Amino acid sequence: MKPAPFSYVAVESLDRALAVKAEHGDDARFLAGGQSLVPAMNFRLAQPAVVVDINPLAELDFVRAAGAGGLRIGALTRGRTLERDPLVADRQPLVHEAMPHVAHPQIRNRGTLGGNLAHADPASELPALMLALDARLRATSARGERWIEAREFFRGVLTTALRADELLAEVELPALPPRAGTCFMEVARRRGDYAMLGVAAVIALGEDGRCTDARLAYCNAGETPVSAAKAAQALVGGRLGDAEIRDAAAAAQREIDPPGNVHATAAFQRHLAAVLTERTLRTALARAKAGR
Amino acid sequence: MSSEHEITTTVNGTRFTRSVESRLLLSDFIRHELGLTGTHVGCEHGVCGACTILYDGLPARSCLMFAAQAHGHEITTVEGLAPERGRLHPLQAAFRAAHGLQCGYCTAGILMTMTAFLAEHPSPSEGEVREALSGNLCRCTGYQHIVDAVLAAAARLRAESPA
Amino acid sequence: MTTRYFGERVQRNEDERLLTGRALFVDDVELPGMLHAAFLRSPHAHARIRSIDVAAARGRDGVVAVYTAADLGDYWRPGPLLVPPPPIDGIVFNERTQVPLAKDKVRHAGEPVALVVAASRYLAEDALADIAVDYEPLPAVVDLERALAPGAPCVHDDLGSNVAAQVRQVKGNYAEAAKRAGLVVKRRFVYDRGASMPIETRGVVAQWDGKGERLTVWDTTQAPVVIRDGLAAMLGLSERQVRVIAPFIGGGFGPKIMMFYPEEVLVPWAAMRLDRPVKWIEDRAEHFLATTHERGQIHDAEMALAKDGKILGIRDVFLHDTGAYDPYGLTVPINSQCTLLGVYVVPHYDSTFTAVFTTKPIVTPYRGAGRQHGVFVMERLLDIAARELGLDPTEIRRRNFIPPEAFPYNNEIIYQDFAPLEYDSGNYAPILEKALELVGYRKFIDEEQPRLRAQGRHVGIGVVCYVEGTGIGPYEGAKVQVQSSGKVSVVTGIGTQGQGHYTAFAQIVADQVGVDVRDVEVITGDTDQFYWGAGTFASRGVVVAGTAVSEAAKRVRAKILRTAAAHFECAEEDLVVENGAVAVAGVPGRAVKLGALAAEANPMRGAVAPGTEPGLEATSYFGPAHGATASGAHAMIVEVDPDTFLIQIRKYVVVHDCGTVVNPLLLDGQIHGGVAQGIGNAFYEQLVFDADGQLLNASLADYLLPTALEVPRMDLAHTVTPSPLNPLGMKGAGEAGAIPAGPLFAQALENALELPALGVELLEIPLGPNRLWEMVKGGDA
Repeated sequence: MKPAPFSYVAVESLDRALAVKAEHGDDARFLAGGQSLVPAMNFRLAQPAVVVDINPLAELDFVRAAGAGGLRIGALTRGRTLERDPLVADRQPLVHEAMPHVAHPQIRNRGTLGGNLAHADPASELPALMLALDARLRATSARGERWIEAREFFRGVLTTALRADELLAEVELPALPPRAGTCFMEVARRRGDYAMLGVAAVIALGEDGRCTDARLAYCNAGETPVSAAKAAQALVGGRLGDAEIRDAAAAAQREIDPPGNVHATAAFQRHLAAVLTERTLRTALARAKAGR
Repeated sequence: MSSEHEITTTVNGTRFTRSVESRLLLSDFIRHELGLTGTHVGCEHGVCGACTILYDGLPARSCLMFAAQAHGHEITTVEGLAPERGRLHPLQAAFRAAHGLQCGYCTAGILMTMTAFLAEHPSPSEGEVREALSGNLCRCTGYQHIVDAVLAAAARLRAESPA
Repeated sequence: MTTRYFGERVQRNEDERLLTGRALFVDDVELPGMLHAAFLRSPHAHARIRSIDVAAARGRDGVVAVYTAADLGDYWRPGPLLVPPPPIDGIVFNERTQVPLAKDKVRHAGEPVALVVAASRYLAEDALADIAVDYEPLPAVVDLERALAPGAPCVHDDLGSNVAAQVRQVKGNYAEAAKRAGLVVKRRFVYDRGASMPIETRGVVAQWDGKGERLTVWDTTQAPVVIRDGLAAMLGLSERQVRVIAPFIGGGFGPKIMMFYPEEVLVPWAAMRLDRPVKWIEDRAEHFLATTHERGQIHDAEMALAKDGKILGIRDVFLHDTGAYDPYGLTVPINSQCTLLGVYVVPHYDSTFTAVFTTKPIVTPYRGAGRQHGVFVMERLLDIAARELGLDPTEIRRRNFIPPEAFPYNNEIIYQDFAPLEYDSGNYAPILEKALELVGYRKFIDEEQPRLRAQGRHVGIGVVCYVEGTGIGPYEGAKVQVQSSGKVSVVTGIGTQGQGHYTAFAQIVADQVGVDVRDVEVITGDTDQFYWGAGTFASRGVVVAGTAVSEAAKRVRAKILRTAAAHFECAEEDLVVENGAVAVAGVPGRAVKLGALAAEANPMRGAVAPGTEPGLEATSYFGPAHGATASGAHAMIVEVDPDTFLIQIRKYVVVHDCGTVVNPLLLDGQIHGGVAQGIGNAFYEQLVFDADGQLLNASLADYLLPTALEVPRMDLAHTVTPSPLNPLGMKGAGEAGAIPAGPLFAQALENALELPALGVELLEIPLGPNRLWEMVKGGDA
């Protein structure tokens, strides 16, 4: 399974990377971790004419605090870094919790945040996390830069809002609300496999113990990561008792549109969505009450 | 921008300069250009782990990289593990003692994964070893003797390391 | 003679090379001027070929040749029938074997249509896209029952149906027996298997030396001698002009003993034609379609029992998916038919199968080779009967064991080796008792399960029994030689794919000729080194080749004693053979090294006495009258998440009896590996074909091999019931671990989820979370 021929350039500067992409548009692909791009090329499912190796751009590999509880993460940050970085563990426990489910350590050593998000596989964990965390993604090109909300970024299977000349450069994760609890769970056939269904839940409580914020995002539940906004919104103002959680699970089932695949029918995926919605909400609630 | 590149890469401590086609996979470069056939290829889509090498010290699947990327980087393969000919690295010795290999085809990838793992986790539990191993497929051993080998090697490395 | 190594956990001789990356596998072969092959494969499961245009491919830079069926001339012919149909009355067998390149029709997705030879594999793959094939798609034949329905599309037009074979074997009179039954249990069982997926795919490298007129072929085959003979015949060469080398092989498991694969037949032909070495290495995507599978059977089976649970008889009618061609004959379904009888007394048996052609890759043996299907039917019928009779599942098994005094036990039907299915020896009750003891059966049923259930956990236990027919003929041979260095060489015709032959055979020889096991060099898989043999399959390597090795070593020992007696001018009884030398007992200083003795036996002057041979060397062959029957029991405790249906195996026990054990360390490894494949077969692996015959999960991301997190730590124990069929009393063990996982999982999961109370039975394999959820949901309704 050898890739088709292409021209390769390892760029020394971001400007050069953007210039090459501007010149070749969709005929050029950025090579970051390569953990999604290269298998596709080996299967000849992807046959770019030009491969732009952006691994030398160290300036895109960073994790920085942003404000009181937010994070800015460069697109070239490796999965391994996300898994181990103390700032991530502290400020974005949802990401920290999800990372061990993303493939395997060898993949995480190379795979990057930006590459994973730009690949936009709706079964991947990170795109769903971006929805759950209200992420903003910075796209840059020779023409300038723009920020894209996560919910606008993912357009379809393997399709994002990035234009032909744009590079995803950075992700900003705003601080979690006060008294937040998060939980990520997935059901996969084997550890590291794509989830049959995965759920990211964020809950925040007011001082009176009532829910002030709720978010539910799903992997492998549609053509993009799916946010069960209505189900989540219905939890706000309540106390997340058993009945409310069950209702949220049922409501979420109606908001997702899982595709079904060789491992799980759409019906089973829907069933798992309900199971995991309940489990993640309960755990997120317990964590919120315990002060995370 | 072209389809032939001159690269200089350090493999097992030795620098090599070669001219490679853009699309030459790192796994093929190591095996056929450099003749280091200890690293094996099982799937070319990043799942089986047989092709795992250390890239700048970290385990990575060489079938998911192009040789051209390795310019300026360091690679360690299984041939670089033993301290010298005729002596085995403690991990290799432990695999032999525990019968942690049968056909041996997946072994190099596992050795490279585990040597990095043990460097970071000198006292792993069985569960942690199995988790670290889960990105390498073996079809012969059922993994039990591999796990035994890694645990034994960990103990030996702990005993031998400067206190 | 004292044994130092036989029966010991000796570390492997071959490991140092494998661990340091200095072992030669087929893709490691590099030859000057070597070219690379790639095959264009049919995207359709079933289609007529109207035309093939290779002009553009031939014109591409770097492409040296492109061949289609038309270019092969007389060389194009269907492959040989490897295993003829067994001598069973009334058998129907329609031989249709695979062809090197499809000519008028393709019969499975992946069937080779054209061969490209180019300067690199990369360029060869580029050229594949240049080839234009005009296909007329035909309806695929996928479902076994629909394949036999009138009017079904025919995989082989000239046959008029999709019946590959029909075989009925009868013992006694089931219909009569059933009339006396206290209970008749009847069910449909569907058992699907999958692909062996060795981590090394197949490969062939061929080099024709035009000056020396010798062909050398490196091949990932499990049967190098047979490949040598076949290639020589096909290519018009003398057998002595052809050398086939099966070097280190990265896992065999059966499909690498399918012989005369198209690529195996074409790469040497191309190398001779082009006068350049040619290499073909199968990539993983190809492997899913180009290397053989085992697949599904559908059984409609019934068991008649007395009220006390004693089996009166079994009737089974089943369909077997043989794929597009049937070069391997009926080995797999015959094994299903025979192994169903298991460890039990079955006085009346009526088994009929129809092997069905489908537009899918060929089915040939894969570790277990059809035994799984039979064991599933028997063990499930017993479980169902136990429930209906109110018997403990282990008790119903106990009541039906073949008693230890009944051996050799003749099952009165024909086995895959064409001999009557006779079990040489066995003692089944202790195996079951040991398994129950190790798994803590009573404690689990009486205490742990109720306690855990009260906590809301879903835990269950399964215990199953099985036999494994091993060590069949026709024969193997070995040559043992003491060299003048004092080292001993052992050569045999079989190949090695990780089983440890390099060590097991060395142990046998080291004890006989008194050397250190590390001083014994074992060579397998090279037809220039040993001329005769069948191959590594059916768990026969250590039993058959090992016996030949042992016999040859004994004869070398006899020569050592004779030569040494002459050397010392003493009686042979006064000699001690150990530590690489022969010494006169009780006389320190009177000793001669084996190497020196070997040199003496090969004089440069004088004469070799008539009736003797030079050197300390002997060749022996061993052909067992029939196979030796190993047996075992597996027990498993499993926990199931009642909402997600993910499982955790809490305990896995194997008690196995393969007679005398050469190396317990290697044996454990074989059992572990087999169990891992069994777990894969039962719960993770499935080849998913759609109605058009397309394989939907042709990648390792979607065909799920168990990892270190899915395979638990196993507890193993052994009993030893030696085989009377070979001097060392050995039986094979290679497939045992893989055989009973299906019924084990079904029983344990039914128990964990309390399915019988829901009216749900698990009658199919593989299982998985989705399937379990569907069945439980359905059961609830």
